[in-house]
Amino acid sequence: MKGAGPTAGSRSLFSRMRDGDEIARLMTLIFAATVVLITAAVVWKLWINSALPRHKFGLHFFFTETWDPITEDFGALPFIYGTIVTSAVSLFIAIPLGIGAAIFLAELAPPRISDTLQFFIDLLAAVPSVIYGLLGIFIIVPLVRDVIYPVLNGSLGFLPIFKGPSYGVGFITAGIVMAIMVIPYIISVSREVLLSVPRDQREAALALGSTRWESTWQVVVPFARTGIMGSIFLALARALGETMAVTMVVGNTPKIAASLFAPGYSIAAVIANEFTEATGDLYLQALIELGLVLFLLTFIINGLARILIIVTTQKGSGVTQ
Amino acid sequence: MNHRLRWRKFVSNFMLTMTGVCAVVSVLVLFFILGYLLFNGGTSINFKFFTKLPKPVGETGGGMANAIVGSGKVLLLASLIGVPIGFFGGVYLAEFSGKGMASVVRYAADLLNGVPSIVVGIFAYSVAVLPFKHFSAFAGSFALGVMMIPITLRSTEEFLKGVPRMLREGAMALGASKWKTIVTVIVPAAYRGIVTAILLALARVAGETAPLLFTSFGNRFWSQGWSEPTATLPVVIYTYAVAPYEDWHRQAWAAGLVLLGLILVINILARTILSRGIAVPRS
Repeated sequence: MKGAGPTAGSRSLFSRMRDGDEIARLMTLIFAATVVLITAAVVWKLWINSALPRHKFGLHFFFTETWDPITEDFGALPFIYGTIVTSAVSLFIAIPLGIGAAIFLAELAPPRISDTLQFFIDLLAAVPSVIYGLLGIFIIVPLVRDVIYPVLNGSLGFLPIFKGPSYGVGFITAGIVMAIMVIPYIISVSREVLLSVPRDQREAALALGSTRWESTWQVVVPFARTGIMGSIFLALARALGETMAVTMVVGNTPKIAASLFAPGYSIAAVIANEFTEATGDLYLQALIELGLVLFLLTFIINGLARILIIVTTQKGSGVTQ
Repeated sequence: MNHRLRWRKFVSNFMLTMTGVCAVVSVLVLFFILGYLLFNGGTSINFKFFTKLPKPVGETGGGMANAIVGSGKVLLLASLIGVPIGFFGGVYLAEFSGKGMASVVRYAADLLNGVPSIVVGIFAYSVAVLPFKHFSAFAGSFALGVMMIPITLRSTEEFLKGVPRMLREGAMALGASKWKTIVTVIVPAAYRGIVTAILLALARVAGETAPLLFTSFGNRFWSQGWSEPTATLPVVIYTYAVAPYEDWHRQAWAAGLVLLGLILVINILARTILSRGIAVPRS
């Protein structure tokens, strides 16, 4: 490694120190180790600071519906339910739109246009979530109440998910806002993955007489399937951890309701709302345990996403992320 | 046969048009957001907005000077925490690391990158608020600094590794030691990319609200030093947006416009720096 002189291997620690190489290595190593330490500290702090509720409620924490700060009885079910439902709604909207747009950018658009649009999509990904929340409150909430609710309730109101009254805020509103937020992630990663599909795959399909769409949908997309799944998992991880936009439009009611129009809650939203006013250690630690749950959820989903994306891009032209 | 072919062609054209529609809709969202913010916030931005403190609850008028300065303070300190750790850690990964340690660091950074921002907030709360028993600008900076680390680290590593081998070998052949090569040749060759990465990291945390809610908290007055609760733009936007006052909503739009403008400008700036070419030593 240190090929500076003929005696490189046998140089004493002292001479290496004088070179400065060893000092530089140690210095940067300290910073690198700090990164590991901080990450470990995040996990450790979440774990020890949630000891009280973990011991008191055990696994029941995940299956009880009560959230009562006064009697200090805490159950996470409504929040877990809300997090899953809002994320599901957002993916339901974002997946077709995102993949459609990615196909256009990767397969159809000339490189120049594709790059320009991708630039705007990168900017869209940079819009902070509090801004989405702001637009959510003043645009999506009235839209859900006055347009989407009458239409869906009127035509499909017999389905339990569209039953009941709407206050504008609720699972579906949060889902719509989050969909807008995660679409850029799906587009960027899917486009990258689609672009890494080898040319011969397309040409072979076209040579066999398939139309442009058939070659795309039956050859290119299946080839990139795992990577596209990866982009969806990535979006899911974002959606699960999304805080501000959800807090602002989900209704903040710890109830489990079948209707998507009902107000609900999510893990991240309850932490954001109640953390500063949590009186008593048990209350605060119950919130921290929710944080731990959120951390583990996103950890697993992010891990899956990364594996899927790496597998596809390597299978393709060897283009790495 | 002919009929079937025509149908297949129709399906093809229809679906491909639909993908185009998807792309256009996705991009239009950005312009809609910008337009709506300009429309709603543009009229509320005036000189007072930048120079005055918030008025007491119930009175109209006033500005957000303290939140603008507060955001600046928090972001400055966050960069001072996050950038050195990320940068030097990245130098270690690219230049000095053996196999074992490097993959641990990389894995830790990726893990940290995926941690939801609200969880980072909890972490900062337990490290920088609980022991001191009060909210502070420092705690907020710590949270944002932690979020900047993984982005800075991985991009520094990537751009340093992108520096051509010849440059490295050239410097070594002239007798420079390894650290001298890094300081005088490799880092200067990659600095555009690294600056871009730092700017992007800064833009990303500039809009973060969740980790600041219970670290830097908020303040309706000026905060002195680093150990007092401090107002920041994103948190003010949130508080004002969910409050029932018409005048606060107006100011939330204005603050949203300022924040988004700032973030988009940093983003565009960063991408222009990058597109002017990296790893090209000119002199």
